Amino acid sequence: MTSISITVNGTTRRAEVEGRTLLVALLRETFGLTGTHVGCDTSQCGACVVHVDGKAVKSCTMLAAQADGCQVRTIEGLAQGDQLHPVQAAFHEHHGLQCGFCTPGMIMAAVDMIERHDARLDEATIRHELEGNICRCTGYHNIVKAIQAAADQMAGLRQAAE
Amino acid sequence: MYETNYHRPRDLAEAESQFAAAAEARYLAGGMTLLPTMKQRLAAPSDLVDLGRLAELKGIAVTTDAVTIGAGVTHAEVAEAPEIRAALPALAALAGQIGDPHVRHRGTIGGSLANDDPAADYPAAVLALGATIRTTRRELAAEEFFQGLFTTALEEGEILVSVTFPLAARAAYAKFPNPASRYAMAGVFVARMPDGAVRVGVTGAGQDGVYRDAAFEAALEADFAPAALDPIEVDASAMLSDLHGSAAYRANLVKVMAKRAVAAAG
Repeated sequence: MTSISITVNGTTRRAEVEGRTLLVALLRETFGLTGTHVGCDTSQCGACVVHVDGKAVKSCTMLAAQADGCQVRTIEGLAQGDQLHPVQAAFHEHHGLQCGFCTPGMIMAAVDMIERHDARLDEATIRHELEGNICRCTGYHNIVKAIQAAADQMAGLRQAAE
Repeated sequence: MYETNYHRPRDLAEAESQFAAAAEARYLAGGMTLLPTMKQRLAAPSDLVDLGRLAELKGIAVTTDAVTIGAGVTHAEVAEAPEIRAALPALAALAGQIGDPHVRHRGTIGGSLANDDPAADYPAAVLALGATIRTTRRELAAEEFFQGLFTTALEEGEILVSVTFPLAARAAYAKFPNPASRYAMAGVFVARMPDGAVRVGVTGAGQDGVYRDAAFEAALEADFAPAALDPIEVDASAMLSDLHGSAAYRANLVKVMAKRAVAAAG
């Protein structure tokens, strides 16, 4: 067993983990943060995407021990109280989900993509950047619209703040 | 996943000693291949030695004639590095096509090369540019390094430290990705070096893994244009054949990708 310390959504937590414990297992089973999903177990679907030190990663393909000392942000860390994150609100507004299983990973990937591109996104870029996230029901169209709307809104907010 | 003992060494020397002390150790870089393989129980190392935080494996250095990339540099870092985009844009573009954004945030150049997947992207660039691979024990030329499917010259416990790519006068990489896995069905890196020599590395297609195509190289040295490759027949008997594509299909794809790479190199 390895003793690790991880800051999850701003709260530092300690845990004893096995060498083989995956980050997603630690988040879901030890910390009870079940918003992060396991969709495929083969590192393809992206339902498990979280941010580690500000970068989107597949938490089913990272050991908990590798995240020792890191800052982790999950879907539970996006909303501020009752106020949804702009990407969450846009998925709601544009019906960017059907069954909702892939949604946490989609939203975490979208937030990462918007941050990396400084909120300047076009449709082709959004579709290309979603390569690592699989939706098996809605079919991406409204997901892309939601991400575009959120990016445009966040770009507007940034401009207004400047 | 079977049980395994996780180690995080402070430096390369400690990594090598942890590796040597374990019954059946594996080095863990980004883990983008090793961890999925362990999850499927196709690999069961007794110990994992995590190279992910070693400062000795980080860093990008550009000189007037070469780019050196630490083995622990991620695909996203290579794709985004302004100094690589300026000095060797084809390599940055190649890195930006590996896997997906989340994989590129974790996967490393050293991990990819040490794994030597026959459909990985970096080996094509390493061969085509005639890169030099530095390890904890020696320096290896690209041709010596790759030794067939998932096989390299790395010895037990040896760690890949950095890769030095000579700068090309012109270069481009063209890849036909498998639509599901994003691995190359055929990927061709074409490089025209400052002395006029042309080198072509082909990944994803050959039965023995990445290879240089001498016929393409000779034709392109005579005439660096896509049409120069038209008369060349790629030997299908040397190609991989699987459920994603027959050998004949891959042979054709290699030529198409080579022509696209030449066109993109301009």
